[in-house]
Amino acid sequence: MAKRTILVSQGTCCKSAGAEQVYTALKKEAVKWGLEDEVEFKQPGCHGFSQIDPAVIIEPDGLLFAGVKEENASEIMQSLLPGRRPPEHLFYTEPHSSNTIPYKQKIPFFSRQQRFILHNCGTIDPGSIEDYVKGGGYEALHKAVYEMTPLQVIAEIEDSGLRGLGGGGFLAGNKWRLCYQSPGDQKYLICNADEGDPGSFQDRSLLEGDPHAVLEGMLIAGYAVGATKGYIYVRAEYPLAIKRLQIALQQAREQELVGKNILGSDFSFEMEIFQGAGAFVCGEETALLQSLGGKRGMPYPRPPYPVVSGLHGQPTLINNVKTLASIRWIINNGAGWFRAKGTEKSKGTVVFSLSGKVVNCGLVEVPMGISLREIIFGIGGGIPGEKAFKAVQTGGPSGGCLPADLLDTAVDFDTLRDAGSIMGSGGMVVMDEDTCMVDTARFFLAFSLKELCGQCTTCRLGTRQMLEILNRITRGEGRPSDLDLLIQLGEVVAQGSLCGLGRTVPNPVLTTLRYFRDEYEAHINEKRCPARVCKDLITYRIDHEKCKACSLCLKACPTAAIKGNKKQAYLIEQDRCVRCGTCLDLCADRFGAIECI
Amino acid sequence: MVDYELKNRIIMKEIFSSFRGTENELIPILQHVQEHFGYLPESAMLEVARFISVSESKVYATASFYSQFRFKATGKKHITVCQGTACHVRGAGKIQDTLERQLGIKEGETTADQEYSLEAVACIGCCALAPCIAVNNETIYGRLTPQKVKVVHEPIRGERKNGQKNHSGQPGNML
Ligand SMILES: Cc1cc2nc3c(=O)[nH]c(=O)nc-3n(C[C@H](O)[C@H](O)[C@H](O)COP(=O)(O)O)c2cc1C
Ligand code: FES
Repeated sequence: MAKRTILVSQGTCCKSAGAEQVYTALKKEAVKWGLEDEVEFKQPGCHGFSQIDPAVIIEPDGLLFAGVKEENASEIMQSLLPGRRPPEHLFYTEPHSSNTIPYKQKIPFFSRQQRFILHNCGTIDPGSIEDYVKGGGYEALHKAVYEMTPLQVIAEIEDSGLRGLGGGGFLAGNKWRLCYQSPGDQKYLICNADEGDPGSFQDRSLLEGDPHAVLEGMLIAGYAVGATKGYIYVRAEYPLAIKRLQIALQQAREQELVGKNILGSDFSFEMEIFQGAGAFVCGEETALLQSLGGKRGMPYPRPPYPVVSGLHGQPTLINNVKTLASIRWIINNGAGWFRAKGTEKSKGTVVFSLSGKVVNCGLVEVPMGISLREIIFGIGGGIPGEKAFKAVQTGGPSGGCLPADLLDTAVDFDTLRDAGSIMGSGGMVVMDEDTCMVDTARFFLAFSLKELCGQCTTCRLGTRQMLEILNRITRGEGRPSDLDLLIQLGEVVAQGSLCGLGRTVPNPVLTTLRYFRDEYEAHINEKRCPARVCKDLITYRIDHEKCKACSLCLKACPTAAIKGNKKQAYLIEQDRCVRCGTCLDLCADRFGAIECI
Repeated sequence: MVDYELKNRIIMKEIFSSFRGTENELIPILQHVQEHFGYLPESAMLEVARFISVSESKVYATASFYSQFRFKATGKKHITVCQGTACHVRGAGKIQDTLERQLGIKEGETTADQEYSLEAVACIGCCALAPCIAVNNETIYGRLTPQKVKVVHEPIRGERKNGQKNHSGQPGNML
């Protein structure tokens, strides 16, 4: 029988679900059942389906066990003995249909995706360069350096139509050519792994799961544009990604893939990892350059663009992690292969971090042009509980919220922008009927206000004014004129600000006003929060018919606002109640006696 | 006291030894300093300023721009509660409220006994497990509910909701 491989993913999220303990327990059991020579263990990066973590996958068949606990290790290992059957209770169960699915590739979350950027994530060991090479790794680099001139590489990338996946969607090939053509003594390359957009983790997962693909992309880009020094700017909040990158870099150096005379050619390239110190605006390329120079991350006006004058005044190519991870595929398979995916103006695939109120949270890679509906309902499995979909947020604080009637919108750079949102770097947060859109807009503005650099008056003060108006509205003190004022202010901020952050700060407000104006109006005119989120506009009440005086809520109430005696329905003292919702959550599954109005 | 200062000077020297002393090394230097002390002591920033030949105010201006840098010691257990989008949508506000109530401190504060400090951050990159918190920037706890946070000193078990099987095992002690 072919040797079987047992995969236990070890991404940040898998680890927090207990994947390390499961891995150790499985190894122990392998020894116990005398299987240590029959099976091989592997710890790949995240497979992307966080919902089922920790998951154990047995290759080559692709059997998948979901939600494995340490105590399941024994039955899993025993099932590998001759003639035994796998423990079926550990198979993945589809939440809606309760069907069990034994094989990874049959699970809709995986089968409906098309993965190549994420191809290695969850399958290879990110700590092993051999594993990466076995799957064709560094072949593209070899091909580029030995069979292609820099200009041929650039032409191939141009021809592929690859657009930058960091948010802007600038054509990668064009940027490379501009950098190539810019005169300079030393050119630099920066991999933008700052990923500050709250609600996205695709770059982290990629760095954790397939760091060599990013390094290979950087090397090819460096060769093409004539750069000799590369930086990976990665946020310090990602310790595991940094560690995996350090290991990968060390291995690449040992194999003479980084350093002088790479693969024995004339091409030399050095690389360094720089840890970002926690500032969202540093994802913006000019702010990032300032930060690399040891300064406050203040964006500055372009032109000159970094490709002309960037780090230390030299031509600098800045690309996102995913953009760079796509390169090896284009070089290996050709531009035509890449162009065949996606839409006319947006080629290839896009990676999203799907999260929020959706059944299957995780990493999703799909061809450009697919509908939001397919991502959220086809792959994501829809909304949990009996709740209704309300909105999907893409593009982070610079993006927008799209409503249910736009679910058939195609996901590509231009269509999303026309709908008022943006592709962004890949965050996709789903919201259900319990999400208040005014509160959501307020949330994003509060985030941006904290993160903006403060240079431009319109951005700094305009954002604050907008936030104060939104605060007023969520307190029930909004005025009918506030909505027009918000739009006006939004336009001023967007037009009067220097960088990409300021120019897009108003987006979440403007799109929610465009698509969910009735919610704003309910807050202002009726002093009502339809989603029952805004604390000043809601009251908790106990239904006397349903209350069984079980004392659960009474004990749990943090402010002792619930009063009552045995066998007598309780009452909430409104002036003590802080509207935390603890009582409602506790009672919901039991008697449903508490309501929020 | 003298010993203490001497010790610190040795630590600083050790940190500086892996740098050349140029301005663009400021952020990595500060990161190293913070790793040693848990925050940026004023005296250390002074020495950094001297080492890279810039004014103290410039060091402070840069350090205060970035949210990673702290100017006060944190508690032994530094809890960061995520208030990113995914966590916000899934009830991170309630998690923070519960933590604040249980610890008796507000976000940004440290308990009097220096055991715990609480900080709200935007996204720790585990959005699929929202809402989540991190302890000492290492251990991440996801899929929290206010009820789970309540059992601070007890093991957290995989939640069961609506009788549905939930695939999250949550081993270990939380705090
Ligand atoms: C406020 C702001 C934040 C940004 N954050 C990121 C980020 O986290 N990662 C990223 O790759 N690009 C980010 N960008 C876009 C970069 O400025 C730049 O366009 C991108 O890194 C270029 O790479 P690409 O061409 O491969 O997309 C951000 C832009 C702005 C305005
Ligand atoms: S939003 Fe909380 S981890 Fe990303």
